Amino acid sequence: MTALRYEARLALAIAAKDARAEMRGRQAVVSTLFFAAVVLLLFGFALGPDRARLAEAAPGLLWLALVFAGVLAVSRLHLIETDDGALEQLALYPVPRRAIYAGKALAGLAVMAVLGLVVLGAVAVLFGTSIGSAIVPLLATLMLGVVGIAAVGTFYAGLTVRLRAREVMLPLLMLPILAPLLLGAVKATAAALAGDPFGELGAWLQLLVAFDVIMLTAGLATYGYLLEDG
Amino acid sequence: MKTRILGWVAFVAVAVMALVALFLVPADLNQGDAQRIMYPHVASAWLAYLSFGVTALAGIGWLWRRDIRFDSVALSGAEIGVMFTAFAIWGGMMWGRPVWGVFWQWEDPRLTTTAVLLALYAGYLLLRRLTDDPERRATRAAIVGIVAAVDIPIVHFSVEWWRGLHQTATIGSPDKILNPAAPVPFVLTLVGMVLAFTLTWTYLMIRRYQLAQADLGREESARVERIMEARAAEATR
Repeated sequence: MTALRYEARLALAIAAKDARAEMRGRQAVVSTLFFAAVVLLLFGFALGPDRARLAEAAPGLLWLALVFAGVLAVSRLHLIETDDGALEQLALYPVPRRAIYAGKALAGLAVMAVLGLVVLGAVAVLFGTSIGSAIVPLLATLMLGVVGIAAVGTFYAGLTVRLRAREVMLPLLMLPILAPLLLGAVKATAAALAGDPFGELGAWLQLLVAFDVIMLTAGLATYGYLLEDG
Repeated sequence: MKTRILGWVAFVAVAVMALVALFLVPADLNQGDAQRIMYPHVASAWLAYLSFGVTALAGIGWLWRRDIRFDSVALSGAEIGVMFTAFAIWGGMMWGRPVWGVFWQWEDPRLTTTAVLLALYAGYLLLRRLTDDPERRATRAAIVGIVAAVDIPIVHFSVEWWRGLHQTATIGSPDKILNPAAPVPFVLTLVGMVLAFTLTWTYLMIRRYQLAQADLGREESARVERIMEARAAEATR
């Protein structure tokens, strides 16, 4: 078995562990889903009942809700590791650190993917956006966006999980890093919904791909240092 | 002693360049006196980027060599960088109000990027305050400093595209300030101001580094004292 396949199996095992914990306790998905729904509802109140305005703001609101809910989701996924010294156990395994990062990021990605699909549906219903005709580019944008959120989120959740003020520090560190992702994802979503009249969709998807690759690489390379620092 | 001389030289250089920029160089035809803000503004922005570059490199140095002096350099870079970033944003806003008509021009990629920079490194400094153990703090800070530096170009490109793909008119873009046709006195003043600011930056970096090292020494002796006290308490029991 090659080293890469071995690491991929490790990552899958860690992600499966998180999925099992999730099934039994339902910590991350359900609570963050409700949170995202409440955020969408409040956005609706904040922007008033004007349908045209809500439809116009819908791409931005979709991604803001996803980013905020993403902060909660990745934070919950790391908090389950703090009980009973689980994180220390994980760090003691004689396996490459990047496999642990990949596993946690994969679990985060699974949660974020579910979240993304539901929030997209909620936005379509609440703000009257018709997503039927643009479903393929929308799903592509959604996928690239949640990969980025999971990559960055897993990294910063691992960094802040042992801090005293992690509730504040996680969003404070994570949200500015996500600024280009938010920008690209909102633009790509808006372009997809409008049928891409200016042919800019591809450029924004490329930006998202670049962001994902860079942040995944940074996470894989540095996550080991975070586990070591105890 | 040498540092003190450098400090005075930097001070005099900035004072002289301030007088030159305010009174000697003619005002810009279109922008009037507001254009004079450009000199310290550009100099600050350059030093902000330089500082964050130093912070990222020092972070790599710490992870590689585990020498705590690298961390003191990283801290100095981040703190002084945040100061220059805030100064650059403030100058940009003061310039934007008379020239653009608004304090904040969302379509200007530099202004928006700089705002994200400020948020990134404010987070870096806060994170440092939350960790007591020097080595742990150095490791966490190094990683955050490196990732933040990697994020800067992505932020810049995304904001640039944001404007570019949108095809909005650029009004009074500062792009045009340093084009080859810019009058020689303007260019010379800008170069002089950048040099004077860089001298000041060097002085501040040295002083902040010395302070960081002194802080580490104080933390260390406080820790030793605590251990000694605990031992003494145990012995008397």
